Amino acid sequence: MSDTDPPLVEMTGVTKKYSGIVALSNVDFTIRAGEAVCLAGENGSGKSTLIKILAGVEPRNAGDIRFSGVAQGALSPRASADAGVMVIFQDFSLFPNLSVAENIAFSTQLSAQGALYRKAEARRIAAETLKRVGVDISLDARVESLPVVHKQLTAICRALAMDARLIIMDEPTTALTEREVKTLLGIIRRLKADGVAVLFVSHKLAEVLEVCEKVVVLRNGEKVAEGPATEFDSASLTRAMTGRDVAETPPDPLAADAPVLMKVAGLSKDGVFHDIGFDLRAGEVLGVSGLLGSGRTELAKALFGLVAPDTGTITLNGAPIPLGDPLKAAAAGIGYVPEDRLTEGLFLDQSIQRNVAVGRLDAYDRGAMLDLAGLWGEARDWLKKLSVKHSDPEAPVRSLSGGNQQRVVLARWLARGPKVLILNGPSVGVDVGSKSEIHDIIQALAHEGLGVIVISDDLPELLATCHRLLVMKGGRITDEIIGTDTDETDLGHRLAS
Amino acid sequence: MKNINLARNEVLVALVILAFCAFAALSDPRFLSIPTLTDLLRNGIILGIFSVGAMLVLVSGGIDVSFTAIAAFAMYTTTVFLLEYAPGLPWYVIFAIAMVLGALLGCINGVLIAVFRLPTLIVTLGTLSVFRGFLLTFVGSKMISALPPDMRGFSRMMMVRGTNADGSFYSLPWAFAALVIVVVLTWFILHKTMLGRSIFAIGGSDESARRIGIHVTRVQFFVYVYVGALAGLAGIIHASMSRLANPFDLVGLELSVIAAVVLGGARLAGGYGTLTGTLLGVALIVLVQNSLIVLGIPSTFQSITIGILILVGTGLPAWQAKRAEARAA
Repeated sequence: MSDTDPPLVEMTGVTKKYSGIVALSNVDFTIRAGEAVCLAGENGSGKSTLIKILAGVEPRNAGDIRFSGVAQGALSPRASADAGVMVIFQDFSLFPNLSVAENIAFSTQLSAQGALYRKAEARRIAAETLKRVGVDISLDARVESLPVVHKQLTAICRALAMDARLIIMDEPTTALTEREVKTLLGIIRRLKADGVAVLFVSHKLAEVLEVCEKVVVLRNGEKVAEGPATEFDSASLTRAMTGRDVAETPPDPLAADAPVLMKVAGLSKDGVFHDIGFDLRAGEVLGVSGLLGSGRTELAKALFGLVAPDTGTITLNGAPIPLGDPLKAAAAGIGYVPEDRLTEGLFLDQSIQRNVAVGRLDAYDRGAMLDLAGLWGEARDWLKKLSVKHSDPEAPVRSLSGGNQQRVVLARWLARGPKVLILNGPSVGVDVGSKSEIHDIIQALAHEGLGVIVISDDLPELLATCHRLLVMKGGRITDEIIGTDTDETDLGHRLAS
Repeated sequence: MKNINLARNEVLVALVILAFCAFAALSDPRFLSIPTLTDLLRNGIILGIFSVGAMLVLVSGGIDVSFTAIAAFAMYTTTVFLLEYAPGLPWYVIFAIAMVLGALLGCINGVLIAVFRLPTLIVTLGTLSVFRGFLLTFVGSKMISALPPDMRGFSRMMMVRGTNADGSFYSLPWAFAALVIVVVLTWFILHKTMLGRSIFAIGGSDESARRIGIHVTRVQFFVYVYVGALAGLAGIIHASMSRLANPFDLVGLELSVIAAVVLGGARLAGGYGTLTGTLLGVALIVLVQNSLIVLGIPSTFQSITIGILILVGTGLPAWQAKRAEARAA
């Protein structure tokens, strides 16, 4: 493709308003065949609106869109799909009960308009596309049994089978480990060589920067930066997205006389983790990292009693905590904020204040009745302390952004006055600005004398929050590092080796 | 590995059927005979047709409890209409009328569920009551034993008949062919057409189905109309075989039907269900209903046995899946 060809997609002056509120204001955007572009921006910056307009899901209020130089009227999902614009949503939109082959070929067969399902044809299409991206997934495997990265590849293959010319990927790396991201990037390179354009939409972009030609940054519905990917790094991207410098500073050193708060010894669970032992001191932030399958999540759950270890002891201030009993662990003063707060940590349709207050029901139990005034008052205090941005504490938690939802979960636990707080992936799905605020909260908690355990595979996050790091591999602790003794490259190497 | 086998409902149900037959044969040697087989097949016709329909609805991610009321309505209304206006019609036209009536009632479910997107259980609980009440109030509530001649004629048409060594008669009516046709047709729809694959897809994730351009409304509408037509067929065959149009019949059977389908491995959450499993589930339920009497066990034990089978048959795989999940986590 030469540069004189019209771009695959050319948007000029595109504006979108939702009931008077400008979501996208006069945005120009182009992408060429074989090009990969990063579309960066925090939540509410207009990224999703831009994808929806391209995919034909939302109509634009003003502006022109050209596909390969041809001006488009009002777009529909059909028209966009016919032009080869395919969106891979964050949830992949696959059918968990159907085979890989059928998932890949379903759209293709649907648009062929035939009444009959041709199984052999479906398998042929699927095998061909899998070969095109160079991965080997069993055609007959049910999608529900696949690991996340294979689900994503299946979704990519489905788009390719439909002759995708532009693949838009919404938050493609959120659920992937570093190694899986590498696999994905390899596949993106193949696609680009094939002339397929890729648009990454994400707020965790450092990882995909290396395969991108161009970066476009949106903030508050406006394009605030655009340029070759080589001119951006994590820091400049963050500055463009947030409009300010978000400096990550390592935590203050731990007081030398800080007492040991929690002691874990000989914790084992057959086939999951072995002989885990460590101390956690008051005021310390301890990081636990490892690749997916290293046992880090299982260990986190075991510390809070959600997974029952076979052997080992956990003591808090010298008192043993019964294993495998989350209620007793919570009563003893351990708090756990799960990785997937949406399914494990929040009652999405319940109000914000109820979500905070639910952990404190027993404290305001007055016989048969609840002291509601006290309960709500305390919940609102915590919302204020953690600066949760909300219009109304009665609004459902679903209406909050990722960062604010995470703060609600934190508020619930902090209201219980825990001694140890376990945070599993504290900033997964949270935008850059909120992320650094969450890191500030973690540091503030440690200052107050809490012991904090951060489980994460986000290396900059670990370096910015933790005094000490434990690296897990194959269910064992293989490395213990003092936070100031390492950097991102070194840590990444220790994780993957 | 024994565990892996048991994790599949179909295998589990097949094993229970074999065990049940072995036990029955031990306590009564006459159990293993052609008359027992033809009895079971005959008794499985109505339950089988209903179950195929109910399975289709479960696969699409819904649930239908109104089909028995549709069947009773179609069967009784067709009979009343024929006796009044056209008693001489041949049986296949009679069947067609009942199926069209059933399909029309299915349309009502279809409109409420597919077009207005109301919850399927609530809609069909409502229509179950409405169809039944309408039938008894406006069409009639008297049993009719003087059926149109060709309905009686149909019930006498036998595929197989003969005399056993001990002098007992056995026979299998042509009505059994209706079940076979329904199974083959449904298998074809489910596995060989895009419509059928779309039913599976919607059951797997209706949001994803919408996103890739499946006409979810049309597919769901088809499901409820198809089930309505099957219910009409089952109703009219039931009346023909029992030589009686009883408007109080059939309703109440829906739980046995759903039990059979769930035993066969269909999931209430949608997206999963096989014809083999469904037919095995039907076989087990029919076996329990008939053989307990043969074995001299009071019929009140039927419902206890069926209940335990459901708990074990669907609970065991679910429990194993949970344990496997806990181990993996």
